[in-house]
Amino acid sequence: MRRTKALNIVIDVALILIGSVVLFAIMPKVGSSATRGSSPAGNDAASLRAFSVVTSVLTSPRCLNCHVAGDSPLQGDAGTIHNMNVKRGPDGRGTPAMHCANCHQDENSIQLHAPPGRPDWRMPPASMRMGWQGLSVGEICRSLKDPAKNGGRTTAQLIEHVRDDRIVNWGWDPGPGRSLPPVSHEEFVGQVTEWVQTGAVCPEESQVTGSRR
Amino acid sequence: METKLTVNGAQKVVDADPRTPLLWVLRDHLDLTGTKYGCGIGQCGACTVILDGNAVRSCQVLLSRAAGKRITTIEGLSSDRSHPVQQAWLMEQVPQCGYCQSGQIMAAAVLLSSNRDPSDSEIDDAMSGNICRCGTYHRIRRAVHRAAELARKEARKS
Repeated sequence: MRRTKALNIVIDVALILIGSVVLFAIMPKVGSSATRGSSPAGNDAASLRAFSVVTSVLTSPRCLNCHVAGDSPLQGDAGTIHNMNVKRGPDGRGTPAMHCANCHQDENSIQLHAPPGRPDWRMPPASMRMGWQGLSVGEICRSLKDPAKNGGRTTAQLIEHVRDDRIVNWGWDPGPGRSLPPVSHEEFVGQVTEWVQTGAVCPEESQVTGSRR
Repeated sequence: METKLTVNGAQKVVDADPRTPLLWVLRDHLDLTGTKYGCGIGQCGACTVILDGNAVRSCQVLLSRAAGKRITTIEGLSSDRSHPVQQAWLMEQVPQCGYCQSGQIMAAAVLLSSNRDPSDSEIDDAMSGNICRCGTYHRIRRAVHRAAELARKEARKS
């Protein structure tokens, strides 16, 4: 009986030691799998967690339908190519006789299948496509931080953009027949803020979002 | 509520709810029935009119957006059917049933106001929002080329 008790203590101590070694070995890998800014390593996990929520919104149809790789916007929750051969045009507002605002008004139509709307309805211009379609989460993240790809914004300005921009806000009031992003606008802005304040860390994994239409 | 509009060059005052679609104002209040009701949800282009130079879908444009703006309907494109697009449409015998054609003509006129010599693909891009159930697309494209040619000839004369 006494021998068994002593053996148990030895086994417990051995398990604790092995566990500590394993934990020590794993912890640095969290940091090395991400592109860090100047944040302390302890913030990396929080930053990555926040960005995973941000990504779930950016890749929802309400955002991705206009943040496309090519020149044709998508429409609906299925993200089908926009009817009528609609094209981006140089300034993102369409082509002659097919400007976005020819159909999209300053407010949503109340009719099902009719155009949604906000003032100055548009997609990103040809010179700054901000196309996330087909990018990995890490690629989207790095493009958001790159002023050459994000409309010349600092990360602090990204927070203002997602908080105040009328078309971003439209995502949570998209009119009849369109799904909402997976979290509230308030939660989204909060997670973008958290991501920025924890160093705007980007994952390096190659999970592809959306289709490469 | 009264709203002032400029329709085909004439000042108009309309007494209607500001949320009335422009198409209803044109057809029911101003008796300009050349502009057609097609789908009512901005999908077909039959109701296209020109609002400050843009080929808008009048079934989607609220009267409040049109207030104080210049609106041109098919009736006002020319006083005598002499607009190059109207001439070309006759020359190429474009319409079949004709229901979509006023919208098609207005879209073509807007295209040519910004592009004097559009290519096939530029015509397709500009005209894809106007659906023709008779399938007159090949004649529409030919007529837009012809209208562009007529407009260039007129410009050279003047």
